[in-house]
Amino acid sequence: MMGRTLFIDPGRCIGCQACVSGCRECDSHRGKSMIHLDYPDEGHSVASLPTVCMHCEDPVAPCAEVCPADAILISPDGVVHEADPTRCIGCSNCVNACPFGVPKIDLEAKLQLKCNLCYDRTELGLAPMCATVCPTGALFYGTLEELQAERPGVSVSSWFEFGDTSISTGVGMIVPWDRGERPVPGGLPLVAINGRDVGGSSAASGGLPGGGAA
Amino acid sequence: MTGVDAAFNWTVPQDVPLDPSVAPPGTRNFRDAGGLPADRWRADQTKQTLVPTHCCFCGVQCGMYLRVDEHGKVFGVEPRNHDINRSRLCPKGLNAYQQVNHPDRLTAPLIRRSRDEEFREASWEEALDFTVAEIRRIQAEYGRDAFGMLGGASLFSEKTYLVGKFARVALKTRHVDYNGRLCMVSAAGANKLAFGIDRAGNPFRDILQTDCLLIAGSNVGECFPVMTQYLWGARDRGATLVVVDPRETAIARTADVHVALRSGTDSAFFNAVLHMVIKEGLVDEEFVAAHTTGWEEVQATVASYTPERAAEICGIPAEQVVQVARMFGGAEKAMAWHARGIEHHTQGVENCLSVINLCAATGQLGRPGAGYGTITGQGNGQGGREHGQKSDMLPGGRSIADPAARAFISEFWGIQESELPQAGTSMMEMVWQMQREEIRGLLGVCNNPFVSLPHYATVKDGYDRLQFHAQFDFFLSETAANAHVVFPVTTWAEDEGVMANAEARVVKHNKAQEPPPGVRTDTWVMCELAKRLGEGDKFAFPGAREVFDELRAASRGSVNDYYGITYERLDQTGGIAWPCPELDHPGTPRLFEGGKTYHADGKVHLQVVEWHPPADAFDEAYPMRLTTGRTVAHYLSGNQTRRLGALVEQTPRPWVEVHPSHGFRTGDPVRVVTRRGSEVFPALVTEAIRPDHVFVPYHWPVPTAANALTIDALDPRSKIPEYKVCACRIERAQHVDEVPAPPTPPGRPAYPEAQASRTTTRPPSSPQGRGTGEGS
Repeated sequence: MMGRTLFIDPGRCIGCQACVSGCRECDSHRGKSMIHLDYPDEGHSVASLPTVCMHCEDPVAPCAEVCPADAILISPDGVVHEADPTRCIGCSNCVNACPFGVPKIDLEAKLQLKCNLCYDRTELGLAPMCATVCPTGALFYGTLEELQAERPGVSVSSWFEFGDTSISTGVGMIVPWDRGERPVPGGLPLVAINGRDVGGSSAASGGLPGGGAA
Repeated sequence: MTGVDAAFNWTVPQDVPLDPSVAPPGTRNFRDAGGLPADRWRADQTKQTLVPTHCCFCGVQCGMYLRVDEHGKVFGVEPRNHDINRSRLCPKGLNAYQQVNHPDRLTAPLIRRSRDEEFREASWEEALDFTVAEIRRIQAEYGRDAFGMLGGASLFSEKTYLVGKFARVALKTRHVDYNGRLCMVSAAGANKLAFGIDRAGNPFRDILQTDCLLIAGSNVGECFPVMTQYLWGARDRGATLVVVDPRETAIARTADVHVALRSGTDSAFFNAVLHMVIKEGLVDEEFVAAHTTGWEEVQATVASYTPERAAEICGIPAEQVVQVARMFGGAEKAMAWHARGIEHHTQGVENCLSVINLCAATGQLGRPGAGYGTITGQGNGQGGREHGQKSDMLPGGRSIADPAARAFISEFWGIQESELPQAGTSMMEMVWQMQREEIRGLLGVCNNPFVSLPHYATVKDGYDRLQFHAQFDFFLSETAANAHVVFPVTTWAEDEGVMANAEARVVKHNKAQEPPPGVRTDTWVMCELAKRLGEGDKFAFPGAREVFDELRAASRGSVNDYYGITYERLDQTGGIAWPCPELDHPGTPRLFEGGKTYHADGKVHLQVVEWHPPADAFDEAYPMRLTTGRTVAHYLSGNQTRRLGALVEQTPRPWVEVHPSHGFRTGDPVRVVTRRGSEVFPALVTEAIRPDHVFVPYHWPVPTAANALTIDALDPRSKIPEYKVCACRIERAQHVDEVPAPPTPPGRPAYPEAQASRTTTRPPSSPQGRGTGEGS
C-alpha cells in the first residue's frame, strides 16, 4: 500500500455518484469520469461500489507491463499514471490486462484514460477530487494511520485474488473486521484464453491476469 | 446592477476555529484550494478566480467555490472546506454550475396574449407594462384578492421577503403563498405548537456526539447526501442508527434497525414507541415534570398503542417497537431527525408531534448529541418560510392575525393597518380557487406546480382558467410554458443573498458572474412592477443588500430575529444561526438548552396524537400504496436538473419500484393506476421495497409525472398535500410512457447533448441511478 492513498469502503457508499461527477471536473480529463460505479446487488438492495484505479504494486501494474509503447509511467510514490498521450497508440492492451477493469479507451482520440490519483491536485497539496467530495467517506484519502485514527477497529486489505493469481495494490479496500487475513476475491478466475481451456490454473497468469474490460 | 469588478469584491472567509471533535471526520486534513495563492492555483488557466458561495440545491447548503474564468464566466466548481460540508459535495452540487451559462437559459421576456398563440420575445418595457395592465384590469373587475402570487423556497431570503411585501403592499392581495407549502409546513406547524419556534433544535455537528440517531421518513443518502457524513461520524463513535422508511434506502441498508412500516402509519408507530418507553420506565420524569405541559393526556392516549396494535397498523414485527423504544429511550444522548416521509401526510403535523413527544418524554432535547430536528428540503426551505411569503405570516415569522404584529409591520412598511390584507389560503387551495375562478390572475416566482403539486389534472385546470399568468424563471419550466408572460431572471450565481439551511444557519451566497444580457434579478423585476403599480417608493431597492437590511430590521424583536446578522458577519463567520438579536450576538446554533422553549411558559407543549388512516381509501380496486420521493441526481420539479447532461445520464427517467412478489421483471412496462389517473413506467424490481407499496420518483412532467397520480388531500392544519401515500393498483402494460423534453422558447430545442439518454425505456439499475457501465 502507498503512504497517502485512497481507501474504498463499499459499506458506506450510498451510490450517489458524486465521485463520478467530481472526477469529470478534473482539468486533465474534463467531462470524462475515470471512476466506475456499480450497483452489484441489483434487485436485492441499493448497495453500490466505486472502483478507482487500484495502483497495483505486485505484480507491478499489469497495465504498464503490457503496454507496447511504454506509455504508462509508474512514479516513485507508487502512482500508476495515465498513458502518456504522446506515446499511447490506443491499442487497448492495458484495458485487457487490468484485473479490475479500470482503464478506458477514448476510441476517437485513440487514447487511454485512467486515474492518476489526481496528480494535478496532489502536487498543490489538495486531495484527489473523488475523496474530497465523497459525502460518506466511502472514498477516503490519507494514510492508513489517519484512517485508523478516524475509524477505530477498521480492517483494511490490499491483497486481491483472481483465481490463482493474487495482486497487491497501492489502494486499500476496507473489509469486514472479522474476515481475517485472507485476500479479497477480486473476480472470476481465468477459464479460457483464445478458446483454450486454462481451467483457472496459475499457468495463465503472469502478464495476463483475468478481469473485465472497460 | 453592479459592475464586473464589484462582482469579485467578496471578502475571503476567515478560518473559523473549530473543535475537531465536532467536525465530521474524513476531510479534516485536506487543504482548501481557496487558500492557495492565485498563481499556484491552476497555472494553466489564466486569471482564474474562486468565488466562495454555497450550493443552490438542498437544505444542507454545502459551501463551494465557483470557478470563474478571465472573462468573468462561471465554468466550474471546486470543493470548499466550509464547516457545514467539509469539502463534500453531491452530484447535484457538482453539476450545479452548468446551469449558469446553459444554452437553455431564458434571455428575453416571453409574451403572448392568449394560450393559443406561440410565445414571442418582447422588450422588458412591454412585458412589464402588459403585466401591470393585466393586474390593474383583473383587480378592477374582480377585486384585489382575485390576483394571487406564489413564491418559492429556492429564492434567497431577501427575495422571499420581497414576495411577501410585494403581494401585500403592491398587489394588496391576501392571496400569497409559496412552494414551501409542499415541503416544510407540517414540521413548521408542529414546531410552533410544541416549541413556539419553527426550526431544527440542533446543529448538524451535534449528530456527531449522539449515542442513538433516529431518522424518520428521510432518504438522507439521496436527498441530503452530504449530511450522511454526520451519520457515519456518529456511528464511528458507536452510535446506533434507527431508520423508519417503507423502502430500504442507502442509509437504511446498513442501519442497526430498519423499521419498514407502511406509509401513512408513522404516528401509530411513534405512539407505540412512547407506550413502550413508559412501560419500560425510560421516561425522564424530571424533564417531563419541569419542562413540559400536557404529559397526562399524552400518556393516556398512548396507553392504547401497544406494540401489537402498532404491528397490526404498521405491518412490522411488534419486537421492533420494543427494540426502538429501548434503543432510543435507553440512550444517554439520543436524537431524532425527520423529513417529508412523515410530513407529507394528512396528519403530517401530528406525525411530527408524535416524534417531538418521544424526544420530550425521554428528555432528549437541547444538549450536544441530544435533540430534535427537521431536515429542510429546499435550499432555503428554512429561510423561505420565515419572512412573509407564507399566506398567514409576516416578516420575522410573525402571525398576520396578531394585531401587534400587524400594527408593527404596517407602520414599518408605511401603510395603514387597515390596508394590510388578512391571511390568505394555501398553495393547493389557491389552485382550487383558480378552478372556481375566484383567483383570475397569478404571478409565480420560483416554482413549478405543473410538476410539483399533486393531482396534475386539477392543477392544469386551475391554471388554464387564469385570465392572466406571469412566471419568473431562468429556464422555461412546464408551468412557465403555460403562462402569458415569462420574465427571465437570474440564477443563484448572478446575485447575492442569504439562505438559511436545515440548521437555521444563515449563509451568504456571493455573486460569481454578471447575468447574461437580457436577464434581470427577481428583485429588479418586483421593484419595477411595484413602481408601475404606484408603490415605487416602498420598493426603492438598488440590490439585495438593501433588501436584507430592511428584512433584518423587520425581523427585529421577533422570534426569527435576524437583526444581528449582516453580510459582513456572514463572510467572517461562515454562517450564523438565528435568533441573533444584536450585532455582537454569536447566534443560536442549539435551541432548548436547559429545556427552555420559546413559549411564554418556556415549556414544551406536548400534544395528543391519534393515528388515522390516509385520505385515499384502500379497496379491492386500489389495494396498494403509492409513495413518492426524490432520487439523488435530480431536484424538486427537475426544471434545473433535467437539463444537466451528467445528471440526465445518471438518471434519465422515472420508474416504478415494485417488489418481486408481483411477478414483473425489471424493465417490464407497468401501469400504475390511482383514482386520479394512470401512467406506465418501467419496473425496477427490488426487494428493497415493501410488497404492498410501489414507489415513483416525482421530478418529471406528464406523462411521466408521479404527481398525475397523487392525491390533493391536505393536512387540516398545515395544508400540506398527502404526497407520501395514496391508493393504487399496478397492471402489466405494453409500452412505457416517454419522458418529454424540457420546455424551451419557440425555435430553441432543449440542449441536445444533455438529452441524449432521456428517451430510454429502461429503468436505472438502482434508485440512485444507472451504473457507469450502463450509459447510452
